[in-house]
Amino acid sequence: MSLLDKLDAVAAARKALLPEGVDVFGIPVEEVYSSTEAKIGDRRILFLGTNNYLGLTFAPECLQAAHKAIDSEGTGTTGSRMANGSYCGHRALEREFADFYHCQSCIVFTTGYQANLATISGLAGAGDVVLIDGDSHASIYDGCRLSGAEIIRFRHNDMADLDKRLRRLGERSRSTLIIIEGIYSMLGDRAPLADVVKLKNAHGSTLLLDEAHSLGVLGQTGQGLVEETGLMDGVDFITGTFSKSLGGIGGYCVSNHPQLDQLRYVSRPYIFTASPTPATIASTRAALRLLHDGTELRQKLWKNARQLYSRLRELGYRLGPEPSPVIATILDTPQQALALWNGLLEHGIYVNLILPPAAPDGKSLVRCSVSAVHTSEQMDYVGQAFAELSEVILR
Amino acid sequence: MVNDYTDTLQKLCHHLRQLAGPDAEITPQTDLIDELAIDSVKLLNLIMEVEDEFDISVPINALADVQTVHELASLIHQIKSAKQ
Repeated sequence: MSLLDKLDAVAAARKALLPEGVDVFGIPVEEVYSSTEAKIGDRRILFLGTNNYLGLTFAPECLQAAHKAIDSEGTGTTGSRMANGSYCGHRALEREFADFYHCQSCIVFTTGYQANLATISGLAGAGDVVLIDGDSHASIYDGCRLSGAEIIRFRHNDMADLDKRLRRLGERSRSTLIIIEGIYSMLGDRAPLADVVKLKNAHGSTLLLDEAHSLGVLGQTGQGLVEETGLMDGVDFITGTFSKSLGGIGGYCVSNHPQLDQLRYVSRPYIFTASPTPATIASTRAALRLLHDGTELRQKLWKNARQLYSRLRELGYRLGPEPSPVIATILDTPQQALALWNGLLEHGIYVNLILPPAAPDGKSLVRCSVSAVHTSEQMDYVGQAFAELSEVILR
Repeated sequence: MVNDYTDTLQKLCHHLRQLAGPDAEITPQTDLIDELAIDSVKLLNLIMEVEDEFDISVPINALADVQTVHELASLIHQIKSAKQ
């Protein structure tokens, strides 16, 4: 099969599964009205799949900071920090993130994907082991592949399984990097961090926690699962993204290990990617302050999340194991999921469609992500749409 | 050694039948993806079953070169032998 034949096979598979005329995996958004509403086609649509957990994409403080940075520092840095230097904003944001986590060091990256790629491939290498949760995000898998370390998976959130796999590694568990996520992006459930820390300590391993979906969502000041559980000392490295609760794009790694800074010299994704733009850094700095002080936003977010989770469960939808701002309805077939996704779009609601093999256990998912700035009326409307569709989908 | 490989192959085929169905025709030359329709996620889950069955660690990087039942059985056999 030639290179292009492979892509033709992908096109044929998509055509067989997906409806014509709607680009399910790249829906054209014509205009964005607010953090929660946009124009898709010729209709006003409610965003319910954008991970904009705190609704900060239009926060005046962030907009102003970004405008000012563009005017004073330009549109881009045109190169990596190793080649083109570290701007004041890059350095300030790293200090602010380190302070936010009460940590010694921070490195800021251009995307969240790159943060995992750079951190994992910088920490682990040939001869080491990375032990990852089976439901890990693609950026974790790809970072592991890039590292050259041996990749072993454990069953999702199964601590007996993690323990078994660490035991099997014997002495090699001491050169093992365990990787988990604060909130898992597929089903919205949390890692059992206290149990993971116990196992990590017992086996002398190193622990990396990805707070991509939990930053801004969990903990008194929004640090994530690490703050909610009070286990900062048990975690070696924390990564995360700016593209969800912080409403921008970028990523970070924080740690109390002084060696973190050496990643700047060994991690290829860091060395060979252009650094974040001044506007991105400026809006993220403003957003981080809002996130830190965002207790009220978090309360609204959780109120919305619990309301939708309860409503969907009451209607008979199969959901992830616990309420969370990521609420996934689990369907048996891609056709069912597609029908629900399409039905919601016809009701003016945009959510995420996840088909095998991207979803766990061969299932299909229709995933909602709730925001603090969704109004009560919007949440009621979403519940009503799911209720109408349940009669067709769950019949 | 040969018997050990045969035992590994038989046990692997038992796990493969659970994924592909009891009527699936499985030989050492059977292609895991094309003939048994085992996609990447199913293969990764199969590896966890195999690890538990044989009490070994199978790095998923090693699967890049695995296409057939024989190749997977050989990989498992090789890891088992290295452990003994």
